[in-house]
Amino acid sequence: MSLKEYKVIANDEIAPGVFVLRYRRNFTFIPGQVVAVALHPAHQPRLYSIASGMQDDDVWLLYNIRPQGELTPPLSEAKAGDSIFASAPTGSFYGKAAPAVWIATGTGIAPFVSMWRSGIRRNKLLIHGGRFLHSFYFEEQFKEILGENYIRCCSNDSGDGVFHGRLTTWLQKQQHLPTDRKYYLCGSAEMVVETRDILIEKQISYDNIVAEIYF
Amino acid sequence: MAKEALFGKTLSELQKIVADFGLPAYTARQITGWLYQKDITTIDEMSNLSKNARLLLNEHYAFGLTPFTKVQTSTDGTRKYLFAAGDMKFIETAYIPEVERATLCVSSQVGCKMGCLFCMTGKQGFQTNLTAGQIINQVRSIPETDKLTNLVYMGMGEPLDNIDEVMKSLEIMTAEWGYGWSPKRITVSTIGIIPAMRLFLAQSQCHLAVSMHTPFEEERQRLMPIENVYKLSEVLEIIRNFDLGRQRRVSFEYIMFKGINDTPRHVKELARILNGIRCRINLIRFHPIPGTPLESSTDEVIEQFMVALNEKDIRTTLRASRGQDIFAACGLLSTKELVKRQQEDY
Repeated sequence: MSLKEYKVIANDEIAPGVFVLRYRRNFTFIPGQVVAVALHPAHQPRLYSIASGMQDDDVWLLYNIRPQGELTPPLSEAKAGDSIFASAPTGSFYGKAAPAVWIATGTGIAPFVSMWRSGIRRNKLLIHGGRFLHSFYFEEQFKEILGENYIRCCSNDSGDGVFHGRLTTWLQKQQHLPTDRKYYLCGSAEMVVETRDILIEKQISYDNIVAEIYF
Repeated sequence: MAKEALFGKTLSELQKIVADFGLPAYTARQITGWLYQKDITTIDEMSNLSKNARLLLNEHYAFGLTPFTKVQTSTDGTRKYLFAAGDMKFIETAYIPEVERATLCVSSQVGCKMGCLFCMTGKQGFQTNLTAGQIINQVRSIPETDKLTNLVYMGMGEPLDNIDEVMKSLEIMTAEWGYGWSPKRITVSTIGIIPAMRLFLAQSQCHLAVSMHTPFEEERQRLMPIENVYKLSEVLEIIRNFDLGRQRRVSFEYIMFKGINDTPRHVKELARILNGIRCRINLIRFHPIPGTPLESSTDEVIEQFMVALNEKDIRTTLRASRGQDIFAACGLLSTKELVKRQQEDY
């Protein structure tokens, strides 16, 4: 996977330990695609979903610091003007206009932010799980337009309009989940596997489940 | 805190350790001899090392072998071993004896991140990567060690998602200072993590097995989320363009799912996409896991599928189902043990 050098435009901490890194875009992409990122061309790059929209001038990468990780602790120190190395966009977790349910935990919201910012907004139900109230990144933009179709599930905190519990618990409590649309899942392997099992148990065909897993 | 294990260190890592201790350089080779070529289990038994060397090693390191904690034996002779790999973490190793060979199927991770729809290990989520020592320990710490003829990295986890430790373990297995196995006796399986696969192809001589399960992109996306990131078509392109030589083998694993990937359309597409790749396909019966929406193809359909592929000049074999009475397919025993320990814990 060949990597090109880019200059960081900004690297803002938007919640404790969670950052949005921006660099100038010089390629086209499809919302839902990923790029491989490293701080040095010889390092093993890690994959991140693009969070910006197709019309945005910059590429946004949403990431959290993994204390034991090799990339994210130094990446969080990157300043405007510093170099990072990124691949061309790849992957096929594409956002589509058809009605869909989007399910994400934590920074797994990134591809849906990209889809949203690219204009893929109609007939979407978004379920976002997070540990804390500050884990609902980009919630203002979703809240404003999705209204009741924006479900936030918070396992550690309680808050107005927020389901107190895990996203999987919320799903288990649902009597009727639509069976005629695609379910897009993005998050850790644990979340994706558990969520997929619940959906299948609730008569959602596995044909209608599309998953993107962090690894 | 537990001492770091010597078992699983490569020669170059041991050379650094002995240099840091101010010991003669040749001590590293003496240690590899004791670790990988002799039947001892403690540093004190490394009798050609100086007393000072043994003292220093004992002070900072453990020999590092881990015995298995449980074993199940199938009526067909297959054995499944359970090893602890840290607190509340378990891995499985399957010993599969046949008439002319004995294969060991080792794990490379505790749990797995890949989330394949048909896999029990994936239901544990990902817990941790195994070290090279923990991988090789599965070879060393079973009673059948000396009977083994083949080693396959097809147990729990995605080997190429733990590329550094897997490559180290392969080095130890194949180096003359290690176990000295021919790489032709070892097969590493992957679902197709492209950067790591390129590295494996370039830096190892071991065989490669790719979990394919369907030739169609959309079907594979539903079965294996990795297809959303690393496409099978790119995996095949890399293999097609890599000079594997005459000895090295590429195989494609293909679990047969009823009505999903077992039709003439699939045979035709397999023949198309594998054109130009010297390979074979291993068909595998699916042994359903709890909660799966998938079923196994019937024996008749599998037989027809195999014949049809062979007629297209694709060498195709059907893997014999082994150890069904002990659920030898990976994930079930360790998941059961994990749940049991968690219940004891709360």
